[in-house]
Amino acid sequence: MTQKHEPGECRCSRGLTRRGFLSTVGAGVAVASAAGKLAAQPAASQGADVLPSAEMTPITLNINGRTHRLLVEPRWSLLFVLRERLGLTGTKVGCERGECGACTVLMDDLPRYACMTLAVEAQGSEITTLEGLMRGEELGGVQQAFVEEDAFQCGYCTPGQIMAVEGLLRAHPEPSQEEIQMGLSGNLCRCGAYVHIFKAAGRAAQLKRGQ
Amino acid sequence: MRLSKFDFHAPKTISEAIELLQSKGPDARLMAGGTDLLMKMKHGAVKPPCLISLKSVPGLNAIRFDESAGLTIGATALLSEVAEHPDILRHYPTVAQAARATANVQVRNMGTVVGNLCNASPAADNPPIHMAMRAVVLIEGPGGKRELPLDEFFRGPGVTALLPAEIVTGLRVPRMPVNAGTAYHSLSARGKLDCNAVGAAVMLTLKGKICEDVRLFISACGPTPLRGRKAEEMVRGKELTEEIAAKAGAEAAEESLPITDLRASADYRTEMVAVLTRRVLKEACQMALTSQPA
Ligand SMILES: Cc1cc2nc3c(=O)[nH]c(=O)nc-3n(C[C@H](O)[C@H](O)[C@H](O)COP(=O)(O)OP(=O)(O)OC[C@H]3O[C@@H](n4cnc5c(N)ncnc54)[C@H](O)[C@@H]3O)c2cc1C
Ligand code: FES
Ligand code: FES
Repeated sequence: MTQKHEPGECRCSRGLTRRGFLSTVGAGVAVASAAGKLAAQPAASQGADVLPSAEMTPITLNINGRTHRLLVEPRWSLLFVLRERLGLTGTKVGCERGECGACTVLMDDLPRYACMTLAVEAQGSEITTLEGLMRGEELGGVQQAFVEEDAFQCGYCTPGQIMAVEGLLRAHPEPSQEEIQMGLSGNLCRCGAYVHIFKAAGRAAQLKRGQ
Repeated sequence: MRLSKFDFHAPKTISEAIELLQSKGPDARLMAGGTDLLMKMKHGAVKPPCLISLKSVPGLNAIRFDESAGLTIGATALLSEVAEHPDILRHYPTVAQAARATANVQVRNMGTVVGNLCNASPAADNPPIHMAMRAVVLIEGPGGKRELPLDEFFRGPGVTALLPAEIVTGLRVPRMPVNAGTAYHSLSARGKLDCNAVGAAVMLTLKGKICEDVRLFISACGPTPLRGRKAEEMVRGKELTEEIAAKAGAEAAEESLPITDLRASADYRTEMVAVLTRRVLKEACQMALTSQPA
């Protein structure tokens, strides 16, 4: 499930490798001008300039503590960019219309839907995806709790559920049962594993407290 | 599911945003959290060639509370920020409750209260209580600034009183009068997580046990949230007994104009208007009684 990565190395399969970058842009000239624009742009601001629909726009995303520079169309969702451009497939595609929670990521510690977030608007936020919960080769606390409590059947909704729990616990380290249920209200499980998922959330809170 | 193509603008000031709205024409769309707008674009219901995001305007997300001026909610303040703000929880508990009753965690971390109003869905969670509390919409446009009472803002499903190139910069909610109470209840198919099948909000002010002033609004039972004027008349100048509350509920049901849609049938809505009206009146009355000095 995991690979070892050197610090600073881009862990995505189609991230800022030379080939990936060139294939995204299509032409060396565009790379040069894009690099110029990138340098001129402070990381946290998008500038008031128009990002034209027909052009690829350079953006900088901070994902799991790593900086990724890439070219996007304004209409691309963060979900599309994570999976199709950066190879971070831990974030799942479900309904793609803000109903199911499969695509949940944290932005500045808050759970949000990646399918309803424009990639250009994700600049300046610290984005955490499922991959970012790993501690090297080891599962993070919430992931561990889901395994212990058998909190899935098919597993499709699981990454989103885990991210929602992670977000909940960052805000409320000792959530009540009601807070757990409300915290997971934006995540559907078509297998109906809710009882185990709620238990796993409680167990994750314990694991995070070192119990 | 790809969105149709659009130019993306992130102006840094309101005047820049107004200029953009003027130069790009009526098809350009403002975007706050995008939870309504992007959804409509995904369904293909709208295909704006140009999106103007308000999120880069500094300070537009501010929530301010002032003892005399009351509460101001900026256009890009998130639903979750309004739901959890300490001053709002303390002085405007029902405003916080309505924000908390909107959608789910993720959507509240993206969507805004002002976006909820501007979307002008008759079923939206936030308008009724703000209307009951005499909220005022702060508007800026090519002609300068103006203010409009929220109960004059909605003109039909998806239609507001905004003129071309006007932007809502925020919402001002006056302080609750002394001896006043508020309440909001809604019903929907998926617990409290989706848009309402029916909702009711009220603010009432007591003098002793007598109800001096009352403002009741019903949502999802007409093209805009509706004021329950006859129900209010039933209550005004009287003590809110069980009997009066029930009669007011019946009046509100009579006044509402529900339709049958996928969320509920017209008959169910009519009955629930009566139930919710009774409930919010009693709850607000209770709050007003407990806030009175003994
Ligand atoms: C899964 C899901 C569940 C939901 N559940 C609920 C629910 O339970 N209750 C409920 O009420 N809603 C619900 N919604 C709808 C939506 O989330 C809310 O209406 C939200 O508050 C909209 O805010 P926004 O900032 O995302 O608006 P946006 O989508 O950015 O904007 C909405 C509309 O208002 C206009 N607009 C935005 N800001 C301004 C401004 N400052 N001036 C002028 N025009 C402006 C936009 O052009 C657009 O037409 C739900 C949505 C989803 C996806
Ligand atoms: S894929 Fe984003 S909410 Fe369903
Ligand atoms: S485990 Fe199958 S959808 Fe949740």
